Formats: sequence, structure tokens, C-alpha cells
Amino acid sequence: MLLRIHDLHAEIDGKPILRGIDLEVGAGEVHAVMGPNGSGKSTLAQLLAGREVYTVTRGEVTFDGKNLLEMPADLRAREGLFLSFQYPIELPGIANSYFLKAAVNAVRRHRGLSELDAVDFLVAARAKMKLVGLREDFLHRSVNEGFSGGEKKRNEIFQMAMLEPRLAILDETDSGLDVDALRTVAEGVNSLRSPDRAIVVITHYQRLLDYIVPDKTHVLAGGRIVRSGGAELAREVEERGYGWITGATESSDGMPVAAA
Amino acid sequence: MSSGTQAKDLVDDGEYKWGFVTDIESDVAPAGLSEDIIRFISAKKNEPEFMLEWRLKAFRAWLKMAAEEGEPDWAHVKFTPIDYQAISYYAAPKKKDGPKSLDEVDPELLATFEKLGIPLAERAILAGVAVDAVFDSVSVATTFKEKLAEVGVIFCSFSDAVQHHPELVRKYLGSVVPVADNFFAALNSAVFTDGSFCYIPPGVRCPMELSTYFRINTANTGQFERTLIVADEGAYVSYLEGCTAPKRDENQLHAAVVELVAHERAQIKYSTVQNWYPGDKEGRGGIYNFVTKRGKCAGAHSKISWTQVETGSSITWKYPSVILQGDDSVGEFYSVAVTNNHQQADTGTKMLHIGKNTSSTIVSKGISAGQGQNSYRGLVYVAPGAEGARNYSQCDSLLIGDKCGAHTFPYIDVRNPTSQVEHEASTSRIGEDQIFYCRQRGLTQEDAVSLIVNGFCKQVFRELPMEFAVEAQKLLSVTLEGAVG
Repeated sequence: MLLRIHDLHAEIDGKPILRGIDLEVGAGEVHAVMGPNGSGKSTLAQLLAGREVYTVTRGEVTFDGKNLLEMPADLRAREGLFLSFQYPIELPGIANSYFLKAAVNAVRRHRGLSELDAVDFLVAARAKMKLVGLREDFLHRSVNEGFSGGEKKRNEIFQMAMLEPRLAILDETDSGLDVDALRTVAEGVNSLRSPDRAIVVITHYQRLLDYIVPDKTHVLAGGRIVRSGGAELAREVEERGYGWITGATESSDGMPVAAA
Repeated sequence: MSSGTQAKDLVDDGEYKWGFVTDIESDVAPAGLSEDIIRFISAKKNEPEFMLEWRLKAFRAWLKMAAEEGEPDWAHVKFTPIDYQAISYYAAPKKKDGPKSLDEVDPELLATFEKLGIPLAERAILAGVAVDAVFDSVSVATTFKEKLAEVGVIFCSFSDAVQHHPELVRKYLGSVVPVADNFFAALNSAVFTDGSFCYIPPGVRCPMELSTYFRINTANTGQFERTLIVADEGAYVSYLEGCTAPKRDENQLHAAVVELVAHERAQIKYSTVQNWYPGDKEGRGGIYNFVTKRGKCAGAHSKISWTQVETGSSITWKYPSVILQGDDSVGEFYSVAVTNNHQQADTGTKMLHIGKNTSSTIVSKGISAGQGQNSYRGLVYVAPGAEGARNYSQCDSLLIGDKCGAHTFPYIDVRNPTSQVEHEASTSRIGEDQIFYCRQRGLTQEDAVSLIVNGFCKQVFRELPMEFAVEAQKLLSVTLEGAVG
């Protein structure tokens, strides 16, 4: 099992957010984690990626058999864990190409591969940019600075393609995307599906899952996985909302309100 | 100021007047400052009478300033008063006769340069850079002189210039920074022992980038370098200055003066990477860097450009300035100043618009980490006659951690209504989210900081010659090591 989460409890500033998560994701699988706002989806994503603001109070997480929680964030990345950010961060003055080449080579060194030189990098980058429909001049722009919402998300998937992670966690990759951009991004992700790579898609809405069809779907509520199923569970959520699972109605963010 | 008064008292008391015997064979002058010491330095360097007179004039001006006001105290820096009588104002290398080539240079000296990453000969040849290495006040090696001489460029130590080109020295020395300009410039003028001199004749584009590595070595020897660069009509020169210094326990004073003169259509590009010892983590033992750098765009369509990367010294007090006297002349100032631990920097520029249609650009990037204090202090002055003058200033500060400080003191004095002056400023902090983003892509914390800082400084780095830009980036990473805990 590539990722194994057992009884994970975590809090921020003394406030419990995750209250006992159990989840197993194998290589080659695509899992969707859905849930209403405040259910702990993003916390789970950020915690797995190594963000230090969260305190794990109980439980364990292993990544390919290694204790993930003991690794610093950069080591997790080099070990092959990738997080596509819900809100990608701007790095003014740093060219995309420069940033990504540094990242790719950090990962390659860790895997015992030779570093890419400028030419190899450019060849690889050109090929991968096509996956998400980005133009080459994009490489010379500062990382995420002045990017539209769609460009930022496409950039995340482009980075994923370049870094070739073993586990990719996509945190609300669909938010802020119009239908066309959504399709492009989803196609990019689908092209990266492979037998030795796992993908965890975190989303509030089901629409992304029309394009990236998951093997398994989990519904997160109140810091716990309250239901798991196949791709059909996502469609059920789309039709009925979260209320029938979580026992509460939801209306604050435009989700269709289902009868409890 | 006690030390200044002390200096004056000593001279007035006559304690040194007859008591001090000039020993011309001595390699190190006894500590202290007096007219006799100045005569000693001048005699030691076999200077013509005009130089001695000029030094004495400066010394008297300094005594007056020391007695009346003391060290300038307007800068945003704190330090214990300097005892000018405890400083030795002259130290020569051990070897008696100056070496005629690199082969004659003390191998130990060369080894030190090696350690600093300056393999003089190789580097000079590989990089096509002529290096006039200043080591403890006296030049010990000069390369590429002949090649430069072919096109008529004079590039030599200041001492050599005094000996071989006294007419040029006499004409230009003090023409941009007068002896009584300020406390530290006056002190420098009185006691400077060496430095670099450069003259580019009319219409000549200097065939290589000129470079000097300054280095402080002997304990308790104040360094008073003097640099004078003159670009005659239509000439061009790019000059690089880089500095490092070894560890030291006592604070060391460094008060250099750099004067640039650009005649009609001439261009001078002056780049500095300064990395003197900044003191230990508690701020002990760093260099005091009180420098006066000023250029004069004397002729129409001339241009002077200062680019500096200041990462060292415990105190930096430095305002490379341009007097835009010729019509249509251009002044530029690009600066990165880093303060970490207990370092203090008060740096900036002065752009003095006097000629018509003169323009200036100021880009200042201040980085503060640890408990560092970083101030930008700049003056943009537009004289009544400076029709159509333009200035653009941008001052950005980057904070790392929450114990450091960034301050901006822009002074704008505009006396001509047709001029245009723009000022932009920003302050930002390296975000925890930025660092996390970089780390999530596999970069270590230190690589992440260095990446973000380099992005912040890019506008300035791209003004540096390629080699220097690479060095500057590395230097920045080293300086900020461990700054984000």
C-alpha cells in the first residue's frame, strides 16, 4: 500500500480538525475525497504535504512503508509526494523555468538520477506543457505572478507532470475553473494516471469527477471519513448533497440543499 | 566628540610635534594621527609637494570637524565612538622592494588570495579581467597593464599614478569629493595610502572590465583607499570592486573615497560586491564601512552607473551619488543591501540634477534578517536650472523574521517645475507560505530562501557583469544561511 493513514487526529491552535482518519491508497489508484466546507479536506492535504502549522495528536501515516510524519516537507516532496495547491503561491521575480528546473533536479538527485541540463529541461518542459495547453513564453514568467486562476491550476498540473510524483494530492484543483479549463486540467491529470502512481482528488463538487473518474470515493465530514464507495458515491453526493450522509443540511456555499 | 578633541589636544600639546621621529624604514606607522604621521605617509610614498599640501589641508579640515561636530550622527546606525589615536595609519607588506611580476609576490600572500577564491593570475587570464590587487594599503600585483597601455588606458595603483601621472592626479583628485566634504572623506584625504587610478583617453572603450580586490589584513590598520576614475570624452569603462575580509576581533574602520569623472558622452559603470567581515552572531568584531562614493557627469550626454551588493560589514554607511552637471546626462543607482544578525546598513544615493534634461534611476533593495537594521537614505535634488529633469526611484524592503527592521528616508528637493520625480516603495516579508510552496516542490528551506531573495534582487543583479552576478547570488545565500529558523 503506497499511502496508509491510520486513526489520524490533528489540531491547529488546540482546535481539533481531524478526528480519526483511516485511508489506504494503493499505487495505480485514484481516490476522491469529498466533503462540505470545514470538513477537514484541505487540512488533510496540507498535513500530508508537511505543513507545520498542524499538530498530529494521534495516529500514523506511512508512505511506501516509511513514517511520513517524521519527514520534513521537502523530503516528502523528494520522496514523491506532490500537492497541487488550492491557492498556488506567487514567487515574484523567479522565472517558472528556473524554479521548476531547481525542483526537478532536487527530486532527480534524490532518486539517484542525473540532473537535467538547460536543454534537456527545455525539451521535457515543452512536451509536458502541451498536456495542459500552456504556451512556451509561460516558462519565462514569474511563478504564478499575475496568472489567471486557470493558469495557476494548469501550472500546478504542469509541475506535477515534470516532477513525476508517486502520489499526487490535488486540492480543489477545480475551484475557480470554467468548463473548458476544467476539461483541460482533467485531461492533463488523466494523462498522468499510471499503474505506479496514486492520485488523491480533493474536491467539494462532483463535476471534476465527471472527467477524472475515481476508483474510490470518500466523504469527509467533521474530520472523519463517514462514507466510502465507488465512483457512484460522487454522483449521489451531486444529486443529494452532503446532508444525507453528514446528518446536516448545507446551504452556505451554493451546494444544492438536500433533504436531510 | 572625545576622540576628535583628543586628536586636536595631542597636536596642540605638541606631544607628537617633536616627540615622534619619522622612521622611513619602518613598515608600520605607530598608532595615532598627527601632522607628523601625515608627513611620514607622504614621505614614505615619495609624494610631490602638492600631495602633502593637499593631505595637510584635509587633515586640518578633519581636525576642525572633529573638534566642532565629531563623527556624523545622522545615520540610522549605532556604534561606540572610534578612537582615532589608536589606529595605525600605515602598514606596508613585509617585502622591501615591490614585486615586478606575480612570481615575485610572497607565496603566502597569493595563498590568501586563493583562499578567498581569487586565483589572481588564472582568474585574470580566464576572465579577461585586469586585477590591481590592493593588499594592506600597498599594491602588490598589477596585471594586464601592457595590454591596457596599448589603447592608452592608464590603470595602476594610486601611488604609481602620483609618481607617473602627477598632472592627472592633481587635476582630478578632490574634484568630485572635496577634502572637507565630510568627516570620513576628510580623514581619508589626509591619510590614504593607496588605491586605484584609472584614466580612459578620449574615444576609447576600455577593452576589459577592470577589477580590484580590496582586502583588510593587518590588525588595527585602518584602511583608507582612494579610487579615482576618469573617463575622457566618449570613453567607456566598466569597473568592478569586490571585497572580503578574514575574521577579526576588533572593529575595524574602513573609510574609502571613490571619485568618478565622466566627460562628454563618456560612460562609467562601477560595480561593487562588498563582503567584509560583519562581526559574529552577537555583532562583535565587524568592519565599520564609512565610504564616500561620488561621480560627476561633467559633460553632456555622459552616464554614470553604480551597482552595489552589500552583504558584509557590521556597519555600512555609503551613498554612491551622481552629480548630473552635463546636459542630458544620466545617473543610475542599483543596490542590494543585506543585514543579518546585528548588522546595520544606512545606504542609498544622491542624484543631483543640475544640467538640463538630466535623468536618474534609483533601484534599492534592502533585505533584513536576524536583528539587522537596514535603512535606505536618498536625496533627489533638482536645481532651478535643471529643465526637464527626470527621476524614478524604487525602494523595496524584504524582511526575514520579526526582529529586524527596514527604514526608508527619501529626501526630494525639487526646484524646477518642469521636472518629473517618481518614488515607489514597498515592504514585504518572506511568507511562510512561499517557503512551504518551494519545499513542497522538493527544495530545502535554505534553497527556498535563497530562491526568493534572488528573485527579489533580480532587477539589481541583472545590472552586474555576469561573473559578478553569479558570485553575488552565492554570497547572498551564504549571508542568509540559517536566517529563517
